[in-house]
Amino acid sequence: MSILVDQNTRVIFQGITGSAGKFHATHCHKYAGNVVGGVTPGRAGEVDLDGVKLPVFDTCAEAVKQTGANASCIFVPAAFAADAILEAADAGIALIVCITEGIPVNDMVKVKRALAGRDDTRLIGPNCPGVITPGQCKIGIMPGYIHKPGRVGVISRSGTLTYEAVWQLTTRGVGQSTCIGIGGDPVNGTSHLEAVKLFNDDPATDAIVLIGEIGGSAEEEAAAWIGEYCRKPVVAYIAGMTAPPGRRMGHAGAVISGGKGTAAAKIEALRAAGIAVAETPAVIGETLISLLKKRQRTRPRKASAPRAKQGKISKKPAQKKPAKRK
Amino acid sequence: MNIHEYQAKELFRRFGIAVEKGGVARTPEEAVARYDEITAAHGQNAQVVIKAQIHAGGRGKAGGVKFAKTRDETAAVTREMIGKTLVTHQTGPQGRVVRSVLVTSVMKVQRELYFAVLLDRTASRPAVIASTEGGMDIEQVAAKTPEKIVKEIIDPALGMMPFQARKLCRALGLSGDLATAGAKLMLNVYRLFWECDCSLVEINPMAVAADPDGKVSVSPLDAKFNFDDNALFRHPDIAAMRDPNEEDPRDVEASKHGLNYIGLDGNIGCMVNGAGLAMATMDIIKYYGGSPANFLDVGGGASVEQVTAAFQLLCSDHNVKALLVNIFGGIMKCDILAAGIIAAAKAVHIPVPLVVRLEGTNVELGKKMLQESGLPIITATGMADAAEKVVKAAGGNGVKEME
Repeated sequence: MSILVDQNTRVIFQGITGSAGKFHATHCHKYAGNVVGGVTPGRAGEVDLDGVKLPVFDTCAEAVKQTGANASCIFVPAAFAADAILEAADAGIALIVCITEGIPVNDMVKVKRALAGRDDTRLIGPNCPGVITPGQCKIGIMPGYIHKPGRVGVISRSGTLTYEAVWQLTTRGVGQSTCIGIGGDPVNGTSHLEAVKLFNDDPATDAIVLIGEIGGSAEEEAAAWIGEYCRKPVVAYIAGMTAPPGRRMGHAGAVISGGKGTAAAKIEALRAAGIAVAETPAVIGETLISLLKKRQRTRPRKASAPRAKQGKISKKPAQKKPAKRK
Repeated sequence: MNIHEYQAKELFRRFGIAVEKGGVARTPEEAVARYDEITAAHGQNAQVVIKAQIHAGGRGKAGGVKFAKTRDETAAVTREMIGKTLVTHQTGPQGRVVRSVLVTSVMKVQRELYFAVLLDRTASRPAVIASTEGGMDIEQVAAKTPEKIVKEIIDPALGMMPFQARKLCRALGLSGDLATAGAKLMLNVYRLFWECDCSLVEINPMAVAADPDGKVSVSPLDAKFNFDDNALFRHPDIAAMRDPNEEDPRDVEASKHGLNYIGLDGNIGCMVNGAGLAMATMDIIKYYGGSPANFLDVGGGASVEQVTAAFQLLCSDHNVKALLVNIFGGIMKCDILAAGIIAAAKAVHIPVPLVVRLEGTNVELGKKMLQESGLPIITATGMADAAEKVVKAAGGNGVKEME
């Protein structure tokens, strides 16, 4: 089990005939073989992914009809990405992962407005590395081999920083249920909070790693919910302690504006919710492992019982509060 | 991207928003021509205001805003202002050179209000904000008297509705013709925000003011614009308003090479792939008692050319005492990246210690290549080790900072 994607996911790539689209479709297909075709308007035919021939369609609707695709990975240029997302939603695709970086904010505002209230389709990204359920399905640009099947869910706004955290887990023998890059833009599809809720409800996830950064208040919103309702241990890291206000730190959404969205405020909100916050990016893995060990010690028996039903793993404030202090 | 005040006022005019008479001048002669236009409209006794055009606030106190009553005074003030370096609390000690001035008629201000359009990230929709506390720092108003700020979320499918503008005008205490004028202004500013892909339009103050003929209305006296860089491709006219003179030359150089660079005032230069990891690298340097000189994201697939340009950029900062390269090679393999670092380090003379931390695909091969390159590269394992080593190399003790 996992969230969003598994071995049954059937993926099409929008923009599969472009160089980035083709390259990553090839890698995703090599990883777990879930790619079933692609879409490039005006280029219907066939694409050769390193020896594997897959059909290319002019429209998403046609691709869904012919291949039964239920997920899409978008690699179209920024100027056309909003249209591509809405085309995928219109075709009834349940999971849309948009990798494209540099989409105008107003285009994403329109996309969010158009998708509001639709629970039959979910957007991940844009400007994200994608989603992976290790060993089962990879949709995106992340290197597959750094992941390992397991029971920790990872949520992040960035790419390489996520790889860093995942690698710390994998090299310490801790596998992942699913890893989601929600993207670095100010307006994105799935928020930290929505991703946390998915992991909280996933019987195959035991703990959650939440990686945030400066800008907006998505981490604070997730923290407030986690403090009240989350049944699973959460470890967080926030990047951008040293970022100057008013400057966009690479990601369009990573900006402290009007004194809002600082790393300090986010860390405070996370700690107030009983979340263990890693002091540096080098100890994200260690922080999770020591938290899990601590919980195992304090839990009287059946320490490995992972099928957490509501309330079964009760939250005891004493064991939740991280003892760490700066 | 930011623009000058005169450009903002040109945009306002384009969207049917009334602004003072006048315009930009780059010479005393042009300033006199603007003066003549203003007196032609408002009579020979009309006074003009001459404002230095730089991308920074606080111009008034620094001598960048002056009044004139005659053609000669207008020419004299302009002559004095152009070419002068203006130092305000927002320019930093080096100041900004004034290259043009804005000459306009003078408004008689009765009340100062605040109005802004921006993105509400939580709602994922635009929001309009208004306050009776114009002319003040809105962040302070929000902190001290939040009840004085009113906000409306805009449905992007509808745009700002007239009733929303009327609600805001009512909250601002505008009535009669002023309420009508205020609502018209707000609706037009929203339209400008949306159609020009702005990320912020802030009018502070939005003033109830009389023009030289005594006609009272609501006008945007000063405005701050930010544009969504990702949308500039569809606004060539706005992109052309960019003034490289107003930008940090290091930023201009970096953007030429497709690098994401932000200069800071520390002494450890950083080169990282990925924005999140780049921020995290700055943070861990600080955590070990050092101070980052910059944010630099070379992107996922950094080429030798980009890495070379990045080294040149980092080495041009004379505060830099040590460099840290932190790369997580994913799809881009570490051996390829190591080859890029070696080629770039050979092409650029690096006068300070260089610490390299590689992780990811083919990392062992990459590390071996660095060691065998003969370059004085300090290799590190893990981010903590890298931060400790680079802080020591820069002259710090590499001990965790305690708060």
